[in-house]
Amino acid sequence: MVEQTLALLALEPPGWGGNLLRGLWASLVIAGGAFGIGLVIGTFGAFGKLYGGPVARDLLAVYTTVVRAVPELVLILILYFAVTDAVNQLLVSFGYQRIQISGFAAGIAVLGVVQGAYATEVIRGAILAVPPGQIEAARAYGMPPGMTARRVTLPLALSSAIPGLANLWLIATKDTALLAIVGFAELTLTTRQAAGATRAYFTFFLAAGALYLLVTLVSGWGFRLLERRARRGLPSAGGAR
Amino acid sequence: MPREMEPARMADAVRPEAIRVEGLRKAFGPLEVLKGVDLTARQGDVVAIIGGSGSGKSTLLRCINFLETPTAGRIVVAGEEIRCRADGTPASRRQIEGVRRTLGMVFQQFNLWSHRTILENLIEVPVHVLGVPRDQAVDRARRLLARVGLADKEAAYPAFLSGGQQQRAAIARALAIEPRAMLFDEPTSALDPELVGEVLAVIRDLAAEGRTMILVTHEMKFAREVASHVVFLSKGVIEEEGPPAQVFGAPRSPRLQQFLKSVD
Repeated sequence: MVEQTLALLALEPPGWGGNLLRGLWASLVIAGGAFGIGLVIGTFGAFGKLYGGPVARDLLAVYTTVVRAVPELVLILILYFAVTDAVNQLLVSFGYQRIQISGFAAGIAVLGVVQGAYATEVIRGAILAVPPGQIEAARAYGMPPGMTARRVTLPLALSSAIPGLANLWLIATKDTALLAIVGFAELTLTTRQAAGATRAYFTFFLAAGALYLLVTLVSGWGFRLLERRARRGLPSAGGAR
Repeated sequence: MPREMEPARMADAVRPEAIRVEGLRKAFGPLEVLKGVDLTARQGDVVAIIGGSGSGKSTLLRCINFLETPTAGRIVVAGEEIRCRADGTPASRRQIEGVRRTLGMVFQQFNLWSHRTILENLIEVPVHVLGVPRDQAVDRARRLLARVGLADKEAAYPAFLSGGQQQRAAIARALAIEPRAMLFDEPTSALDPELVGEVLAVIRDLAAEGRTMILVTHEMKFAREVASHVVFLSKGVIEEEGPPAQVFGAPRSPRLQQFLKSVD
């Protein structure tokens, strides 16, 4: 029984372990890319919402509301099928070739846009928690706005943003499973293929679950290190050491 | 030695103007906090602004470096007038930033950057805003910390210092930019009574070396001792001003008389 299981999970074919790890890697790359895009959108989105003009604020409000309202799965389908179709019709009408959007690119783009909407709110809240006097001190010493954001506001906001951002990262790793619907071979789809081919459903889904758990544990450790760094200079409030 | 008795001060006309405020008005919505204030500080002047809470004294100070945008009036710093558009907003962010880099501001709540050590707080603006080479800025910061009695605290984060230590560090941060003038916004109001003295000693020291300072304060004895000129602000206008001996010793306006009685 144990031998059979190990044989199924072996890294070399006919074992499926190698496929699973490749699927995990694909999931992590997509989650990492989406999280990165989300951070960039979130940072600009938060500053736009807080300090932008009325037009920027309205656009950002529409963005965060709509994206957070529509299920990720629907957004993935919209981008992968509807947007691809629209882009191709446009291309064809201008006499260009049709293009095929890869599941990989679509995955990063859609999850990045979704992450950006949530990150905007997380970072906006964190910026609001920054003591205004410290930002004012930067202004009072003639620091330009961009430098103030980079050297004062964001580092100070980070300490309160990290728990929310850690959540977003974990959500990103698991949202990659939704890309199975467009046939992208991330961990969940690979697992389903392995399970379907071998009928060892229990073994493979348990293995996939363990891999997702491992990602979570390692991430938690990483974010704790980051949080300790971001909270340097702040007296610990009950065990945040 | 009280400054008012110093014989060596140059005649007013000789010393150049450091800061001039003309016809300053500031309204927050319908509430007009400043209703036309004129103020001049020449180089080496120590101007103390006193007045009750809500008299507009902090607002006046914050208008000088445009932390508040005046509704009307002129601000001239070292001969350079801050240009404003017709609607009163500053015409050039760069000009404001340039002016701010010559004014060392000290806040009531210290406002040290909590994610940086004391030494990093002192070199932040010189290195990143003014472009001073790092080792030069560090040398200077260490000398300033020694001067305010914090030589052993350079690696500490602000939150681990007492209020008095934080405010002394904040004063050192202001000095680190080699300011033309210093602006103090109630520097001892947030301190425990037993910590006020150590901060006042540092400010007294700066006054004695002839620094240009504008000081909003509730410490009347201190204002009398260090100021070369005292301004009493009441309901958004300067009710009375003059040398400290006159303002504190022989107040003319009933409001000032009443104010001095109430804070005694």
